[in-house]
Amino acid sequence: MAKLPKPEELGKVDYIPPMTPWMETPVEFKPGTFCNAAKEKSLAGLDMPNARKWSVKDDDWQLPENWQEIIMEGLRDRLDKYRSLRLFMDICVRCGACADKCHFFIGTGDPKNMPVLRAELLRSVYRNDFTTAGKIFGKFAGARKLTIDVLKEWWYYFFQCTECRRCSVFCPYGIDTAEITIIGRELLNLLGLNIDWIMGPASACYNKGNHLGLEPHTFKSSIEFFLDDLKDITGINIEPSFNRKGAEILFVTPSGDVFADPGTYTCMGYLMLFHELGLDYTWSTYASEGGNFGFFTSFEAAKKLNYKIYAEAKRLGVKYIIGGECGHMWRLLNQYMDTWNGPADFLEVPVSPITGTRFENTKSTKMVHIAEFTADLIRHGKLNLDPSRNDHLNVTFHDSCNTSRGMGILEEPRYIINKVCKNFYEMPENTIREKTFCCGSGSGLNASENMEMRMKAGLPRANAVKYVRDQHNVNMLANICAIDRAALTALMTYWVPDVTVAGVHELLGNALVMKGEKKRITDLRGEPLPGVEED
Amino acid sequence: MMIINLILEKKDNIIKKWFDVILDTYPDETSRFMRRQKDRFANPVGYSILQGVKGLFDCLTSKTDSGDVSAFLDDIIRVKAVQDSSAVQALSFVFSLKTVVRQELADDIRKSLTDVKNGNQIMEELLDFESRIDKQALLAFDIYMQCREKIYEIRANDVKNQTFRLLQQANLVYEHKNRVVFGPGSTDK
Amino acid sequence: MGALLSFVGVSILILFAVIGAKANMYTLLGVIIPYAAVAIFIVGVVIRVVRWGRTPVPFRIPTTCGQQKSLPWIKQNKIENPTSTAGVIARMFFEIFLFRSLFRNVKTELRDGPKLDYASAKWLWFVGLVFHWSFLVIVVRHMRFFLEKVPFLIQLAENLDGFLQIGVPGLYMTDVAIIGAVTFLYVRRVVIPQIHYISLPADYFPLVLILGICGSGVLMRYFTKVHIVGVKAFTMGLVSFSPKIPEGIGTIFWVHIFLISVLLAYFPFSKLVHMAGIFMSPTRNMMNNSRMVRHVNPWDYPVKMRTYAEYEDAFRDKMKAAGLPLEKDEEPVEQSEEKE
Repeated sequence: MAKLPKPEELGKVDYIPPMTPWMETPVEFKPGTFCNAAKEKSLAGLDMPNARKWSVKDDDWQLPENWQEIIMEGLRDRLDKYRSLRLFMDICVRCGACADKCHFFIGTGDPKNMPVLRAELLRSVYRNDFTTAGKIFGKFAGARKLTIDVLKEWWYYFFQCTECRRCSVFCPYGIDTAEITIIGRELLNLLGLNIDWIMGPASACYNKGNHLGLEPHTFKSSIEFFLDDLKDITGINIEPSFNRKGAEILFVTPSGDVFADPGTYTCMGYLMLFHELGLDYTWSTYASEGGNFGFFTSFEAAKKLNYKIYAEAKRLGVKYIIGGECGHMWRLLNQYMDTWNGPADFLEVPVSPITGTRFENTKSTKMVHIAEFTADLIRHGKLNLDPSRNDHLNVTFHDSCNTSRGMGILEEPRYIINKVCKNFYEMPENTIREKTFCCGSGSGLNASENMEMRMKAGLPRANAVKYVRDQHNVNMLANICAIDRAALTALMTYWVPDVTVAGVHELLGNALVMKGEKKRITDLRGEPLPGVEED
Repeated sequence: MMIINLILEKKDNIIKKWFDVILDTYPDETSRFMRRQKDRFANPVGYSILQGVKGLFDCLTSKTDSGDVSAFLDDIIRVKAVQDSSAVQALSFVFSLKTVVRQELADDIRKSLTDVKNGNQIMEELLDFESRIDKQALLAFDIYMQCREKIYEIRANDVKNQTFRLLQQANLVYEHKNRVVFGPGSTDK
Repeated sequence: MGALLSFVGVSILILFAVIGAKANMYTLLGVIIPYAAVAIFIVGVVIRVVRWGRTPVPFRIPTTCGQQKSLPWIKQNKIENPTSTAGVIARMFFEIFLFRSLFRNVKTELRDGPKLDYASAKWLWFVGLVFHWSFLVIVVRHMRFFLEKVPFLIQLAENLDGFLQIGVPGLYMTDVAIIGAVTFLYVRRVVIPQIHYISLPADYFPLVLILGICGSGVLMRYFTKVHIVGVKAFTMGLVSFSPKIPEGIGTIFWVHIFLISVLLAYFPFSKLVHMAGIFMSPTRNMMNNSRMVRHVNPWDYPVKMRTYAEYEDAFRDKMKAAGLPLEKDEEPVEQSEEKE
């Protein structure tokens, strides 16, 4: 009879600590930890190279004959184009300060998820082919050849990083793993190695205007669909306009807000706010996406998708643009849009028509964050708010990675939350603001097939929410990001089941007292407001 | 209760060893971090496991085997259910306490065996204690299954949420006053 | 592997210097190698820096670690999220002189259990700081060997460094500090599995090399009592390009000089270039003002865009049916095929 392993041995089977150095430990693709391969159709939709049918599980990824050459050429090209890449390849001292800052490392315990090692995956190949020391000393200088195993390892770990930049906050040289991952993914995309959860939406966005692939009429009817609900809840008829020339303002938000709960309630909040202000604004079905999954593919793809916002603003002849709540969208609007598709000299510096505030901080991009816009309104007392309508909520706020570490919009949403509800509690300091933990599903990794990985990566965030739930009975996790609204909802379902997720403007919508509204008996979700009797 | 007293005498050692056995299933580089980093926010995995282990130990050694066993099992299993790729890996930690206790108490048990009366009593109590562990193990299976089901439910919800609005607009879903709220147990009311 | 290897490597280097000194190869050890090393150092670092400098920064990508500048009544964090040159300078100052980012590791809360736990991170910041500052002070002190008249600043550094006034010659605090710090940094790499896992031979080697340099220096100053006048004559000869080899300085001195030469020559090819690189890190030295001032990408190139006209062509019928305004309200010639 075969010897039965002891229980504690059985438990270890998969976890034998790698005895080989990391360079010689090839990656193992475990179900639930990676996303599906990009489909041929999606790759072709955005004119990406090597569009073909392939599967991650296959040994043969159907790469072009000269794939090594393509990667090396691509790397050389990018080393000459990005100081960030060249510098970050050269100056890391492997001090380890970043090691335990990554939510993927914390949640999975996989040592290759230490940011320093994620970068070393690329750095080792860089040393081998681009540095004197690597060419002479080889392995001793930390160099290795690019093999198919290395390439698969890249793919696995570059699609296991949410580009959240938390490590870069702690790095003494500011080395930003997001830069490494972004460029690593660009290189992989030269071979058509993307995931479908990114490529599909990016392709849809390019061709149809938004990630969800809603065609113009569907986009319009999706928004109109809310109007009935809003009429039921508030008794007010709201009539937004679409693709309207001559409007003062173009409004752009991630399409998730239009289509997926609970983002839809945030969208209702926008509609109510703009109606109440009598804002002269329009939606666009062409620029119907603020988010940008191209950014998770390549800078070029990102630029393509981002192009529509300014192009549409110009075509419609608006004065400026307001952007809805979204994380990576705002990193792009802040750090990339003007460079890619500016200058926006056909627009005017945004001035709030209600308060007269001139948004000097947007004088070049001419695009205002809705939280800035709303905070300004509240500060000037232009909104009639009844925070008691959110009395059933104990709220905490999750800073999105991109808006905190790639922009710095920290106080505006907090200011709004504090004005629209009475019970607000911060999560522990190490887990918010610039040190915020990622939802674990950013940068296009919010697919379904990698759910275990998402749950692991989101554990540090969920754990902090759990703490405030236990301490303060928090039951609402507010945020200003469309991916958060979807991803955190799943995350809470698993880790902290009694906490729901909402955008800040949903809370605002609840508290907003509108002119001529009927008595509110439910919140925007149709849930009865506690303590309010139906007449 | 001789055995419980013996176990309680070595409480710190047993908890530490049990915790170590669980963490040994992670790569070296990681297990040290999980052992040493005591900030519960910087190290949720290590923290959850330690809390779970302490709680389970207290439940096992309390006179009545009450206590919130499920909650403590949940602390550990919820993590393991997404980290490990099989039920065996995720749940073996429950049984490893047996080995730890046997090792820790080996000398005391051997000593007590010299006296028949004592020996009988202690063996009986040990078996009883191990049965309690077995009970925890059975509960653990339930919790593990719940966790796994939750994962599939979230997956399904994700898909449902993506298509729900479309179906709704196409009038393929019966309209309720309370719409489907994304999440568990919150489907059509 | 790397931990041991670097010891072997440095031992071989020391052996080479000892044999060289015994064989009276002073011209090689005292003239050719030092000049070559300095040349490699200068040229190598310049090449590195120029190459970094010539590589464009296409996007404005600071890592923002505080409140942005937006509405006038919201307090901006002018250092961690700078929008002015002064803010960037302040940020870089804290980064370079106080290791601000590493310091972030320190903070922790709600600890459960013994106190030591987050300490390793705190120690990294502290020891890192001690190491780098000691190194700097030691380099400054050594300038007295290369200058005819010892300037006041160097004198001051020496006096401060030796203010404990222990022993003769007076003990320099930095000598103790740097040896302790380097040892800590080395042991840390060996002992902590996480750090061990990520460490390359190239991480141990410079530490051991620096340990060798400090060790030989300490031996000379406190124990073998090197012939200081001879040393100064030698170093002055080097800087005035008329090298003279003095008599009887002792083998240790040649080991010291040789290891320094190796360090200088190794510098530009290794991670040690972080000394220069930190000044150029785009996530730290840029302002977060990209909504106020347009940042230009020097290599920007046009890409194919999906224009509104193409979009309308693809969906004209559906848009018309939905009552959306159109640019060209005409019957489509043929049902346009939409791309997916």
